[in-house]
Amino acid sequence: MSASVTRGELEDFLFLEAALLDNWQLDEWLALFVEGARYFIPPAGADDDADPATSLFYVADDYHRLCERVKRLKKRTAHAEFPRSRCRRMVSNVRLLGGADERFKVTSNFVTWRSKLGVTNTFFGHHLYEMTRIDGQLRILSKKTFLDQDDIREQGKVSIIP
Amino acid sequence: MTASPSALLDDDRARGVFRVARRAFTDPVILARERAAIFDQCWLYLGHESEIEKPGDYLTRKVAGRDIIFTRGKDGAVRAFFNTCPHRGALVCREAAGNGAMFRCFYHSWAFDLEGKLVNRPGDEAYGEGTRKGGMHDLVRVPRLEQYRGLYFVHYQAAGDDLKTYLGGALEYIDLVLDQSETAMEIVGGTQAYGFDANWKLLCENSFDGYHGLPTHVSYFDYVKSKPGSLVEVAIKGRAFDLGNGHAVVQYTAPWGRPVAQTVPAWGEEAAREVAAIKARLVARFGAERAERMATTNRNLLIFPNFVINDIMAVTFRTFYPQAPDKQEVNAWALAPREESPAMRELRLFNFLEFLGPGGFATPDDCEALALCQRGYGSLAGAGWNDISKGYLSDEPQVDDEAQMRAFWREWHRRVSEQPA
Repeated sequence: MSASVTRGELEDFLFLEAALLDNWQLDEWLALFVEGARYFIPPAGADDDADPATSLFYVADDYHRLCERVKRLKKRTAHAEFPRSRCRRMVSNVRLLGGADERFKVTSNFVTWRSKLGVTNTFFGHHLYEMTRIDGQLRILSKKTFLDQDDIREQGKVSIIP
Repeated sequence: MTASPSALLDDDRARGVFRVARRAFTDPVILARERAAIFDQCWLYLGHESEIEKPGDYLTRKVAGRDIIFTRGKDGAVRAFFNTCPHRGALVCREAAGNGAMFRCFYHSWAFDLEGKLVNRPGDEAYGEGTRKGGMHDLVRVPRLEQYRGLYFVHYQAAGDDLKTYLGGALEYIDLVLDQSETAMEIVGGTQAYGFDANWKLLCENSFDGYHGLPTHVSYFDYVKSKPGSLVEVAIKGRAFDLGNGHAVVQYTAPWGRPVAQTVPAWGEEAAREVAAIKARLVARFGAERAERMATTNRNLLIFPNFVINDIMAVTFRTFYPQAPDKQEVNAWALAPREESPAMRELRLFNFLEFLGPGGFATPDDCEALALCQRGYGSLAGAGWNDISKGYLSDEPQVDDEAQMRAFWREWHRRVSEQPA
């Protein structure tokens, strides 16, 4: 098991990803994924091996739906995000979990604050990525965002990309 | 100031006017009346038999503010207890779900079997005979627990109409959903536990509001149209029905795919064959007319006061309870035929998530709309009215009229207006 990627390179990539989302540069964010990538948000408190075939996720996007999610979030008819919420994402505890250059696993912890219409909510948890390298650039094959909360009663919805 | 229920409804058929005072959404006095006159007096959905399938299975759930243990005993019988120790009151069971032989309160280590009986405690010899009689130290059962075809409901009064009588006119529509399985329907993949910053009755209305569908969810329809063949050429068209006891439904055709049983081209030929076979089985079991109704019409059903069954592009159950006039907790589940093939199950859950739930392409916008309504009441809570008049003068109220909401509101008004006993 060896992957020629350093934590520094992974952190640069994940911090860039967070900045793109904070700035609502959603097309640029989407470009970090390979075509055919998948995007998941399992139910709050789920284990890492949660499966969308047997568990009721919040988000289980194939690549088409991921692209449409981005397209929708840019519209004023995505009412929950119009006017857009202000968000700030903190990413830390970045670890390479294994794999080789073609396909490797990465995890990070996150806290995301979202503020809109005078209400501020917090999302916290960890991400699990499968990544690859294409023409020297890191790219995402799949991303799973685990909300390490008991539930999302306080947040009510996951209308952002946490 | 005491809220006078008489000023809560403006129901005038002669003028075609039906309005609800916005105070109904903001006044803590009204919420207290609702707790006493509605949530303490109606059958409330607790859970589905498939959630506690094996002996020893249990789950904990809040129903109208009360913590409940829902469990299947070693004898196979289903029971519901208040999740509070008879000794000092602590929650006896702290897990969301599990399987076991007993519940133990950690505070003084009193232990209860699955039938609620106290079976062990430290220093038992120090208790007198009088404390051992009449189940004084057993877990307390909810006053009534009844089921209809695997759907369990609780009632917090010992006497009154049984569940079937209460469900009344809604039974026909519940059957249309449950009959989709030849074996049994089951809950798939757990509970979605979320919340809205809005009065609970706004979600009653929203859950079967055919009028808001196109304006609020235009971005959902943009999305489904983005994938060729995701819709068929069927109009959203149908009727609203008052089912009595405050229950109501809208039933309508719609262009989206339904695992039981309306295919769309994007699902492909294999799925089309499977859906055709499912429909053929419905025809064999129920005849052509009822099969067609089950397969190609959608149902948004509200069981008074707060149990929603939406049989749309997927089937969802939903309950919601007020924490405050402007805050509610929502529980949502996905339901499916137990015998469904993995391929059809995948399509069903894919369908579910693209519209429903906190991360779907529609529910977050409902969440936003309801919160904005609630916020708007701050401006006019003293004098403002919500209008529910659409289609009032029609003999055949349509899916995008508001007859179903008027049915809910009349029953709500009748109950909150009754003089407390």
